Amino acid sequence: MARDSLRISLFVACYNDMLFPETGKAVVRVLERLGHTVEFRSAQTCCGQMHYNTGYQEDALRLMRRFLQVFEGAEVICVPSSSCVAMMREHYPKMAAGAGDAPLGAKVQAVLPHIFEFSELLVDKLGVTDVGAFYPHSVTLHTSCHALRSLHVGDKPVKLLKGVRGLTLVELPHSDECCGFGGTFAVKNPDVSAAMLGDKLRCVLNTGVEVCTAVDNSCLMHIGGALSRQRSGVRTAHLAEILASTETEGKS
Amino acid sequence: MTIRVGKAADAKKFPIAAEELVNNAQLRHNVRHATDVIRGKRARVVAEMPDWENLRNAAHAIKEHTIRYLDSYLVQFEEACQRRGGQVHWARDADEANQIIVDLIQSRQQNEVIKVKTMTSDEIQLNRALEAAGITPHETDLADLIVQLGEDEPSHIVVPALHRNRMEIREIFLRKMKLKELGSDPQDLAAAARSYLREKFLRVKTAISGANFLVAETGSVCVVESEGNGRMCVSLPQVLITVAGIEKVIPTFRDLEVFLQLLSRSATGERMNPYNSVWTGPTPGDGPQEFHVVLLDNGRTNVMSDAEARSTLDCIRCGACLNACPVYRQTGGHAYGSIYAGPIGAIVTPQLQSMEHSQSLPFASSLCGACYEACPVKINIPEILIHLRAKVVERGDAPLFERAAMKAAAVSLASSGNFSAAQKVARVAQRPFAREGKLQHLPGMLAGWTDVRDLSAIPKESFREWWSKREGKESE
Repeated sequence: MARDSLRISLFVACYNDMLFPETGKAVVRVLERLGHTVEFRSAQTCCGQMHYNTGYQEDALRLMRRFLQVFEGAEVICVPSSSCVAMMREHYPKMAAGAGDAPLGAKVQAVLPHIFEFSELLVDKLGVTDVGAFYPHSVTLHTSCHALRSLHVGDKPVKLLKGVRGLTLVELPHSDECCGFGGTFAVKNPDVSAAMLGDKLRCVLNTGVEVCTAVDNSCLMHIGGALSRQRSGVRTAHLAEILASTETEGKS
Repeated sequence: MTIRVGKAADAKKFPIAAEELVNNAQLRHNVRHATDVIRGKRARVVAEMPDWENLRNAAHAIKEHTIRYLDSYLVQFEEACQRRGGQVHWARDADEANQIIVDLIQSRQQNEVIKVKTMTSDEIQLNRALEAAGITPHETDLADLIVQLGEDEPSHIVVPALHRNRMEIREIFLRKMKLKELGSDPQDLAAAARSYLREKFLRVKTAISGANFLVAETGSVCVVESEGNGRMCVSLPQVLITVAGIEKVIPTFRDLEVFLQLLSRSATGERMNPYNSVWTGPTPGDGPQEFHVVLLDNGRTNVMSDAEARSTLDCIRCGACLNACPVYRQTGGHAYGSIYAGPIGAIVTPQLQSMEHSQSLPFASSLCGACYEACPVKINIPEILIHLRAKVVERGDAPLFERAAMKAAAVSLASSGNFSAAQKVARVAQRPFAREGKLQHLPGMLAGWTDVRDLSAIPKESFREWWSKREGKESE
């Protein structure tokens, strides 16, 4: 595809950085394979979502200010986590307004058009659905709530999965239903969260797939945690990790 | 002034009540089945509407406008209602409303009332006040009757007995109606309720209703229902008393066009409610000859004063958010400790009580957004939940462990240096718990996670460490 090479700044997300480094590496591999340059601004930490959603607004505001400072002037910002993007798009403008800080609001408005969730970046901005991946496994897609209802990513992840050679995509029943993670919800309401997870697991296992994927490792950490506990033999992999796999590079 | 929302002030915290309920397999099956049925019906009748989004936007706009000018619309309603021969009473809280209603009934030497389904009367615990005054209330809505006879609490705004299945209802009827035999088909149960209620419709002289809408322009009250029992109540007795929250006002009769389309489709998945009753003052020789409206505040004015949460009062009590909510669908309504359950209950109940009680409710959501998507008047419930969480934290009412953890996280994330250091500390700290790359038993609050799930151990190398190594190599 004759497209200009872009300089893409990766916001990897704090929990990916610490717990799921393979996802960040996979994003880098895919974007570089497509001929783009990836930068990682190492001053980055967190978008502030966990604090904001749990009610710690001042801490969240500080993290937002930090994010804006770190990513100032970035041409394209790639975020392989739909809930972080939802945080930025839905809450950053409100947080700036609430802080009564007009220049901060202007900074938010300036950065938002440059932010892309990973599947949005590939399909909308880069215009690709076939990234040259090879993944000879059966896969089902869990639709993360923020990707579904906040980002409205629609069938972008599906299009990308359909472009993967060797991959068999199996539809997940009740895919619009939350897995029960919800950040601190899983810890504050463990019984309800576990009940929701039980329903989700039944759907995943009924598909008979080898791999459950999503555009958000937070859901996958939750679903995968139960798949692992139950020794189900089904594993999870972020969409980026599937798209990064090739015939010679069979990671994850 | 004492603001009361049913028994919510004394209810168990949500996670504690939920723990018991999610282990009730029968209840979960009943709730799942019932909400699936209603959701399916709703989806079909919403999909056929070409202008559903426009209707939602219109309803949202009308409600936002009305709440902003509620003071003048309420006075307009009062004047219009009185012009047509109705009497309007103002109640600041539950006790005032109950006293007004008890006085009205006692001064007419009555000791029984029939009731149309009204959540507001449950909010103020009217039945308890009536019984204390020696007045027997008879619920006539089928589901409310099941709840009343079963000495139970409502578990859904629209379908209060949704947690019960047919066999359970049959058992309650057999026992409480003192029947010798009874089938379990819906027709059998409806027939039993009919013969039980008919006698009361014909005998009792006073009725109490709620209101779906109060029309400011005409002074009319509107109640929609599926069974016709409400129609009996508003047409047969001599005296009709309507109790309604002040937020039920809409400006004009024409506005019903918008709301009646949205409400029935959202609530029960019907294109139109089978019974839409609108009454405007008494009519000589026809229907109740005396008509009262009790306008209830009970904390609503406080809610209105918070611009970020005010749209809570836009709710038309359709229950669509309950049916859509994956949390409600696991627990049913009783976990919320309030007659207002589900996502809307989680924002209404604590706010009416000025955040003094029910503080676990704003956290009883995974913020998945299904409620907002389903809401016919577009209340952004997830936003309001987050707003209320912030209020709980601001008041210093969040658990100590959580506050400490959040503070530690904030410090760790305050700079990349702190974050790298925190990652290293966490990697060491997890050692006693990590086995084969998994954490399976964590202490304290985190046990809530590891009770049913593994947690991936923190890998040896973070992304940023990998990146800086890679950069180092490239620049060599």
